[in-house]
Amino acid sequence: MSLMTINLKVWRQKNAESPGKFEDYKLDGVSEHMSFLEMLDVLNEDLIKEGKDPVEFDYDCREGICGSCNMVINGRAHGPKHKTAACQLHMRTYNDGDTIVIEPPRAAAFPIVKDLVVDRTAFDRIIEAGGYISVKTGAAPEANLIPVPQDISNEAFDYATCIGCGGCVAACPNSSAALFTGAKVAHLNSLPQGQPERDKRTIAMVNQMEKEGFGDCSNYAECEAVCPVGISISAIAEMRRDYVKAIF
Amino acid sequence: MKLDPKIPSGPLAEKWTNHRNEIQLLSPNNKRKHKVIVVGTGLAGASAAASLSELGYNVEVFSILDSPRRAHSIAAQGGINAAKNYQNDGDSVWRLFYDTIKGGDYRSREANVYRLAENSNYIIDQAVAQGVPFGREYGGLLDNRSFGGAQVSRTFYSRGQTGQQLLLGAYQAMMKEVHSGRVKMYNRHEMLDLVLVDGKARGIITRDLVKGTINRYEADAVILCTGGYGNVFYLSTNAKNSNATAAWRCHKRGAAFANPCFVQIHPTCIPVSGDYQSKLTLMSESLRNDGRVWVPRNKDEKRPPNEIPEEDRYYYLEERYPSFGNLVPRDVASRSAKLVCDDGLGVGDTGLAVYLDFRDAIKRDSKEVIQAKYGNLFDMYQNITDENPYEVPMRIFPAVHYTMGGLWVDYNLMSNIPGLFVAGEANFSDHGANRLGASALMQGLSDGYFIVPYTVGDYIAGEDLPKVTTEHKAFGEAVESSTKIMDKLLAINGSKTVIEFHRELGKIMWDKVGISRSKEGLESAIDEIRALRDEFWQNVRVPGEANYYNKYLEFAYRVADYFELAELMAIDALDRGESCGCHLRDEYQTEEGEALRNDKEYAFVSAYEYLGLNGKLETQLHKEKLDFEFVELKQRSYK
Repeated sequence: MSLMTINLKVWRQKNAESPGKFEDYKLDGVSEHMSFLEMLDVLNEDLIKEGKDPVEFDYDCREGICGSCNMVINGRAHGPKHKTAACQLHMRTYNDGDTIVIEPPRAAAFPIVKDLVVDRTAFDRIIEAGGYISVKTGAAPEANLIPVPQDISNEAFDYATCIGCGGCVAACPNSSAALFTGAKVAHLNSLPQGQPERDKRTIAMVNQMEKEGFGDCSNYAECEAVCPVGISISAIAEMRRDYVKAIF
Repeated sequence: MKLDPKIPSGPLAEKWTNHRNEIQLLSPNNKRKHKVIVVGTGLAGASAAASLSELGYNVEVFSILDSPRRAHSIAAQGGINAAKNYQNDGDSVWRLFYDTIKGGDYRSREANVYRLAENSNYIIDQAVAQGVPFGREYGGLLDNRSFGGAQVSRTFYSRGQTGQQLLLGAYQAMMKEVHSGRVKMYNRHEMLDLVLVDGKARGIITRDLVKGTINRYEADAVILCTGGYGNVFYLSTNAKNSNATAAWRCHKRGAAFANPCFVQIHPTCIPVSGDYQSKLTLMSESLRNDGRVWVPRNKDEKRPPNEIPEEDRYYYLEERYPSFGNLVPRDVASRSAKLVCDDGLGVGDTGLAVYLDFRDAIKRDSKEVIQAKYGNLFDMYQNITDENPYEVPMRIFPAVHYTMGGLWVDYNLMSNIPGLFVAGEANFSDHGANRLGASALMQGLSDGYFIVPYTVGDYIAGEDLPKVTTEHKAFGEAVESSTKIMDKLLAINGSKTVIEFHRELGKIMWDKVGISRSKEGLESAIDEIRALRDEFWQNVRVPGEANYYNKYLEFAYRVADYFELAELMAIDALDRGESCGCHLRDEYQTEEGEALRNDKEYAFVSAYEYLGLNGKLETQLHKEKLDFEFVELKQRSYK
């Protein structure tokens, strides 16, 4: 097993009101098998022992499914590996002596909480606006009464796998949330269960997205490139089509 | 302390229906006057919050994460059981009930488990109506897969992300109610204490994890849906923020803690690679449908796995359990893996792993078919280990995964504290000494959608609940005690980090309160836990301050609580002088090394009352006897 020395430039910011800056750290003995977040754990253990404030970053499942982690690594949301969340990135991706720059996802709609931690409740409010099928508990018909063609179901599933990390927003030059919003719209609008509220849902979610201060989509497709679960940009096309249909 | 399980009388299949017909109702205009607190937004919490709000209650919901959608239910991979019998393979509510109670090694209540099996079908209906994209057949109808401990195919799935899809369904249902204005959501808030007024649960104390402020919330009932305590072991498949603090502090306020020693060790996880390891990653049990588990027959085997011929491979599950083979329940699979590794047959650098091999399945069905079934799991494995499981067998090893124990609840899912309900993994209710695969999602949603909404209403309708405000002195006292713990931790300024202590505690637990346990080991574990806990309170270093976002302060108070819960787990494991389900005592085994139950003396739920902590945990054991009217207790056999 090879051990590496890694140089880190990490964004440190006390809270949304204070200015932030990069701090440099040098970390020895980094194993190639460590995950990226485990490398930061080791850094934090060192900082705590030195009496300094550890670096705050969001994480929970560390399996690439909860969507908590979303840091920007060397300018790219979630780091260099395609379809891989930061927590699933391993240090074997890097070489001894590499310098790695770590920043929070930057967007007006994601205010900084501390260091690399941001507030993404804007995403919850977009879902709240209409990202659901209104069925009360107990009111559902027998499950097999609603057949869904396998290809439609698979397509809906692909959109539904969005983990809500916000990497798409961080990557977008406009800080657009179109991929996130489009993925939910496309998931629900493609299913037979989602038809009754199709127009209402699309308009409400798109309007909320704008209200939160996310920019518009200009088809850069940076979002698709960094998405850790590979949500296709066709979600945005579906959303736009449904939006146009809904307003006319 | 009196523990009345309140199981309704009558035939098994009619208990729940009759009970629902008898419980008290509240009219819509009265529901509006009541407030319910839901802590946690996993499957149980989100589904309970959505359902209660739809009924008309005012609901306040708390999540420790930045969004309720991230609760750890999201990581469940394989599936959810239901007794739909869509495969026409003979499934029924009775069979799902029977498999679940047998799988739990007869340490759960018949009535609760039967109700779970009854509710299973409604969960699938509900989820489909919400737009949860389950796997389907070409004709557009729902597909099923097989899971351990059952001989029918009753598991519904969304590729390897069933938990994610079901959680998003419940989360969206809850957000719909946030939109309605009846649910108020508090993100990044951690419950630190339960507030009792006149002996009833009337509110909670939380810490706003961003501002660091301590806040008070009053209600007519509190529903705890805060998950399990697997993270006591430090390394587990649980998410890093999953913790036992809310449940443990309810215990310290008087809620009985049941079966704390029942911890499920999942057989198929990616093995530990180094000291820096922060968590373990599960590989879904569904892989055992097509993967064959084996180790080399010879201790000194040096050949790479693909060069080891058939006769030198020991397919130990298939040989020892011919009728279930690789699909034995989780406890049997985990224990078998440990035994072959104890015999020196383990593989990999550490010798603490076995092979899970897809060679034969790929030969039989083609790589494309296997990829379609498990593609995302194979990718995940390759990403973590840098090995290609289509070409070389996976290496797997058991890891702590789920806790069957939890706060004691009656049939209504209410703890012994009136007004404190506990749902999902946080309660002890349905899985006995071992949980079958694809049953956790079922239980979380059964509790949240279909049980708590009824039973909370029954409680509120039947109780005299005078208005309380957060000015009540009980709130002040709870704020003070929570604050004191944090201040104390921050003031120690010792030389070891929280993580170092946690890792040491985890090692004691894994070695001595893990897959196999002995009297000697447990006694020494208790001494070691106490000594390490004393050291923790003398020598831990917690960075920063309490009045801003400080993750390591959160870890510190959670680990402080683990130190107490860990001792209770060891005490319970020591008291239970039998082997059952996941609890294997070395002293109690059959000649073939199978778990040997002692139904005469141990057919009970152990429920502990907290009496204090004075160097050692002072606790009183209460026994709820388990009566089996409808099933015959048998030695479990999967041979």
